[in-house]
Amino acid sequence: MSHANPPERADALVEVRGLSTVLNGKTIFDRLDLDIPRGRIVAIMGPSGTGKTTLLRHITGQLRPDAGEIRVDGHDVPTLPRDALFALREKIGYLFQNSALLTDYSVFENVAFPLRQHLRLPEEIVRNVVLTKLQAVGLRGAAGLMPHELSGGMARRVALARAIVRDPMLILYDEPFVGLDPIALNQILKLIRTLNDTLGITSILVAHEFDAVARAADEVYLIAGGKVAAHGTPAELARGESAWTKQFFGGEADGPVPFQYPARDYAADLGFPERTR
Amino acid sequence: MSARPTSRLGDALAQVGACGLFLLQVLGAVPKSLRHFRETIRQIWFVGAMSLVIIMTCGLFVGAVLGLQLYDVLSRFGASAMSGTVVALALYRELGPVVTALLFAGRAGTSITAEIGLMRATDQLAAMEMMAVDPLAYVAAPRFIAGVVALPLLACVFNAMAILGAHAVCVSWLGLDGGTFWSNMTASVDVWTDVVNGVWKSVAFGAVCTLIATFNGYTTAPTSEGVAYATTRTVVFSSIATLALDFVMTAFLT
Ligand SMILES: Nc1ncnc2c1ncn2[C@@H]1O[C@H](COP(=O)(O)OP(=O)(O)OP(=O)(O)O)[C@@H](O)[C@H]1O
Ligand SMILES: [Mg+2]
Repeated sequence: MSHANPPERADALVEVRGLSTVLNGKTIFDRLDLDIPRGRIVAIMGPSGTGKTTLLRHITGQLRPDAGEIRVDGHDVPTLPRDALFALREKIGYLFQNSALLTDYSVFENVAFPLRQHLRLPEEIVRNVVLTKLQAVGLRGAAGLMPHELSGGMARRVALARAIVRDPMLILYDEPFVGLDPIALNQILKLIRTLNDTLGITSILVAHEFDAVARAADEVYLIAGGKVAAHGTPAELARGESAWTKQFFGGEADGPVPFQYPARDYAADLGFPERTR
Repeated sequence: MSARPTSRLGDALAQVGACGLFLLQVLGAVPKSLRHFRETIRQIWFVGAMSLVIIMTCGLFVGAVLGLQLYDVLSRFGASAMSGTVVALALYRELGPVVTALLFAGRAGTSITAEIGLMRATDQLAAMEMMAVDPLAYVAAPRFIAGVVALPLLACVFNAMAILGAHAVCVSWLGLDGGTFWSNMTASVDVWTDVVNGVWKSVAFGAVCTLIATFNGYTTAPTSEGVAYATTRTVVFSSIATLALDFVMTAFLT
């Protein structure tokens, strides 16, 4: 559970060092360090609004940090020129928190999009690859539907199929389990594990469901207050004795993690006279 | 209080600068967009072919009104035989390109802005970037090319329909001799100074209108109000830019 000085690992696919970010005057990250080892599934957990999505955006170069280093497969992402960044992204799958399907294309064409844009494949192969991925998420039968005809959970699974369609070296899942029923959740969990086991794909998994995370992830980072609050295997964190882990996994309102977004005095906000201390 | 007008002027200038920069980015993305040639064709169909009905209808009426007005005015000087000529000159040199551009901004410009703005608001542009597809090459450049290609063609269709409208009014209705109508027109209209200069104008208007539409969509605030505001701005700025540019080009071309 080291967070002051993470061990140098030669096999880290993603290395984050001294990451600091301020958005709208709010400090999101304060010299954050973390490592994602190659071929592992690493979960990022933390309270809502702590910056998990922001971290994924930093790793994929969608957002530049104010300070710090982010190395992915040896490339320093924030300083990468556009062409090199795009070349790197071809090897990265990204599941958006809000799915972000292309609304003018059918489910099939959404999943086929990355293939069509980058590879000149015969139509037959495109069809086979797309249907295989859709089958894996249980939606082969929905290939002809348009995104607006899908439920929230179905859209997540289509977005997931699109993220993995090119078998990338790194996949970032931003809350893949949201809106899934227990059956679908189980299948998706297995899928994430299988991709990792059979193809050796490194995965970063942002999720709130600790049970699911415990079954899929090799390591967990708990991020709170702009720093790594805890790091270890799921079992270690579940047994964790620190105030952070106890509160977070116990689901308590009181503790070092605030439930409330920073705000003025509650009574004053409701219009009552300021309390005198 | 005094800070507001200056900062607004500053904002406006910053917008113009950003728009210019955006133009360079889009032009830079044009070679890459040729890989998405089907998308360009689809956009030409969408902004061009889909605008045909409104362009043809409006052209017909504009031509008919011009014919009516000019026949009346010119017959006071005993020059009603020149009606067709004056209609044609007015159309080729000014009204065709300008009115087509204004209609185009309302018909195609707004839909470009709303479409791209919604893509921005729903993270579709970010999703493309994450799939290593450059939205400048896949979304912006094809629409820009489509505008530059489609507007001159639309202006030609507009002119043709307007002349048919004028012919219907002057010849079929008011009784001007058809041979006089056509022969006076062909004798006085010069292909290079009148027709081609008009086409150049509409190429420029096509570039400006689609640039403004694409830029506004691309920089939309990701909210419903943001999309509404951006769409309005497209019409306002396209109209102003078209008319201002028309003055400048007329001064230089004639
Ligand atoms: N574009 C933005 N501009 C300003 N602040 C932002 C922006 N995006 C996010 N934030 C702020 O950054 C913080 C982290 O947001 P982020 O989306 O990364 O949270 P998260 O950990 O993914 O939360 P959740 O679990 O709810 O998805 C939030 O406090 C949010 O208010
Ligand atoms: Mg998030």
